[in-house]
Amino acid sequence: MSSRLRSILIPVGVVVVSTVALLVLAGTNPWDPIRFIIEGSIGWPPFEGGSASKIGDTVMVWVPIALASAGLIVTFRAGMWNIGIEGQIIMGAIFASWVARSVSAPRPLLVLLTIVAGAIGGMLWGLLVGVLRTAGGVNEIFGGLGLDFVAVSITTYLVIGPWSRSGAASTSGTDIFPDAALLPSLERSRLSPLMIGVTLIAIAGVWVLFRGTLYGLKLKAVGANRPSAFLLGIPTNRYLLGAFMICGALAGIAGTSQATGFHFKLIPAISGNYGFLAILVVLLARFRAFWTIPISFFFAMIAVGASQLDLRLDLSSTLGGVVQGVLVLSAMFGLGWAAYRNAKAAEKVSEEASA
Amino acid sequence: MSGFLSALWEMFDTATIASIVAGSSGLLFATMGETISEKAGVINLSVDGSMMLSALAGFVVAFQTDNVWIGFPAAAAVGVAVALIIAFGNIKLGLNQVAVGFVLFALCTALSRFLGSGYVGRQPVAVPAWDIPGLSSIPFFGPVLFGHNVIVYLSILTVFATYYFIYRTRTGLELQGVGERPEAAHSRGIPVNKLRYFYTGLGGALIGIGGAAFTLDVKIGWSDRPTLNLGWIVLAIVIFGGWHPLRAAFGVLFFGGMQAFALNLQPEFPTFSQVLPSIPFPAMILALVVVNWRTLLDWLDRYPWLRAILRSDPPTAIGTRFEVS
Repeated sequence: MSSRLRSILIPVGVVVVSTVALLVLAGTNPWDPIRFIIEGSIGWPPFEGGSASKIGDTVMVWVPIALASAGLIVTFRAGMWNIGIEGQIIMGAIFASWVARSVSAPRPLLVLLTIVAGAIGGMLWGLLVGVLRTAGGVNEIFGGLGLDFVAVSITTYLVIGPWSRSGAASTSGTDIFPDAALLPSLERSRLSPLMIGVTLIAIAGVWVLFRGTLYGLKLKAVGANRPSAFLLGIPTNRYLLGAFMICGALAGIAGTSQATGFHFKLIPAISGNYGFLAILVVLLARFRAFWTIPISFFFAMIAVGASQLDLRLDLSSTLGGVVQGVLVLSAMFGLGWAAYRNAKAAEKVSEEASA
Repeated sequence: MSGFLSALWEMFDTATIASIVAGSSGLLFATMGETISEKAGVINLSVDGSMMLSALAGFVVAFQTDNVWIGFPAAAAVGVAVALIIAFGNIKLGLNQVAVGFVLFALCTALSRFLGSGYVGRQPVAVPAWDIPGLSSIPFFGPVLFGHNVIVYLSILTVFATYYFIYRTRTGLELQGVGERPEAAHSRGIPVNKLRYFYTGLGGALIGIGGAAFTLDVKIGWSDRPTLNLGWIVLAIVIFGGWHPLRAAFGVLFFGGMQAFALNLQPEFPTFSQVLPSIPFPAMILALVVVNWRTLLDWLDRYPWLRAILRSDPPTAIGTRFEVS
């Protein structure tokens, strides 16, 4: 078996075995939940038995995860752990909601404005993490995380305070946005071709950035060895800020999609934890842009499908999170183990050669 | 404004301070665990998830056996297991500590919520209160330090024990060597990686006990996400504490104080009630900015004692892997 094939089969095998074990432990038969996840996300049989609205939901969950993943590749390549991605998605959603609520314009223009506003919101929040890191010396993990919590509480404040629903303030969200601000979608479905296009362009853009541009090359240099990059004349801090801004902007667009394309209003948990999910996606894709497309779709399927488990099997929907975590962890350890074995083998060969 | 002042004034109330100390036990254990682990050079980023999973383990075991004390070793075992996965991935396989830690955070969080969904709302036996006879009747210090339960006393003892161990013993010096200059430690015959396994595991055990302290003492019972994201605060407090146990303990109490303050403010500012609980988080960022602020630190260099209080230099080899060449 080639090591490449093994590196795919081992994690999948571990996931299947551990998920089945977990389900048996939880006292259900293992097949039902898997079927319900597929049925709940793309229909059963896949893509035929499902209603268009179900598939539309899954695609619109895929959009923010894939957008955030694309952004995260940039910060990861620059050597940064952008755990602040959640906050950047939320800020994007807040900015987009602000535009959606207060600007009145023809629909195409307004939709464009919400997307731009989302990108700006996310970008500024990302920039803040970067500034804390470069000027304040605050590790981006903690700066980002702190700003995540701040963003959550700003949303909650807006939802129950100044932007509360007419009548009663509740944490269930603001008023539904006016129609002109909502992302155009297919009939009776959330699926927005515009957002799919934006997401694919973003992913392709990230791919091109690291494949064909000097900026991307320098970013990689900064990520690989910051002191050397600095000595070679790359303004490393400016590049780090750039990476955070790019990532923040893409995450912000993900926030727009959440606000005006999925929930149609601002809710406290607007990010849906998709930012953290995207970190797992990128780790699993090993920072390769195009791989994030199928992996985020798989994760979106689990996220959407697992929510059915509560209703249909009385099984906690957090099963989806467990499966995702086990998958990424076993992939990491599988690859690490393969690399370790290869290094051992190479060592042995060189020892024999020298003997 | 008067509301703000009275909320501030209430902070210095004996009962408030005593409740801050009582509520800090989980964070104190976990912070000491993380400090030990990072001092040896291994970042355990999974704290939040690790605490939650061990909190569940402690809760379930205590609930099923109806014995609160068996819950703690069970929780510690879970903490050790999670920590050793990180140590193994890094030391043996060369994986990034932060990456493994983050994935484990996500996995443990989901796992605890999945496995714990049937336990939400059930009440286990709680750690019984135990005033230390005699000492607890001292005014102020009695209720603040000696009017709690065994877990709280142990958490305070752990702080001093950690300090004494790291800075006042020979083995503690070796621990520092492993995290600061692994090559030098290795050349002196210290088994660097073996010690890293050991101290990461020990740190994980304390993190696990910290988790159990939440479900069995601080916030008795299992609820969805019982540790309230405090695991992340642990990581920030370790930095704020400059990897020094006593300063980190101060950080925990400071954080607890801010939480109590935010709680006191709630009746005065009802519209902000949802926002106030998150104030400690930006405050923590601000604290991190201060301890990292070059200009301030340069200025402080003129006053060595002040610099010693505010410095925050990580162990040199933190987050890196040591290979015997």
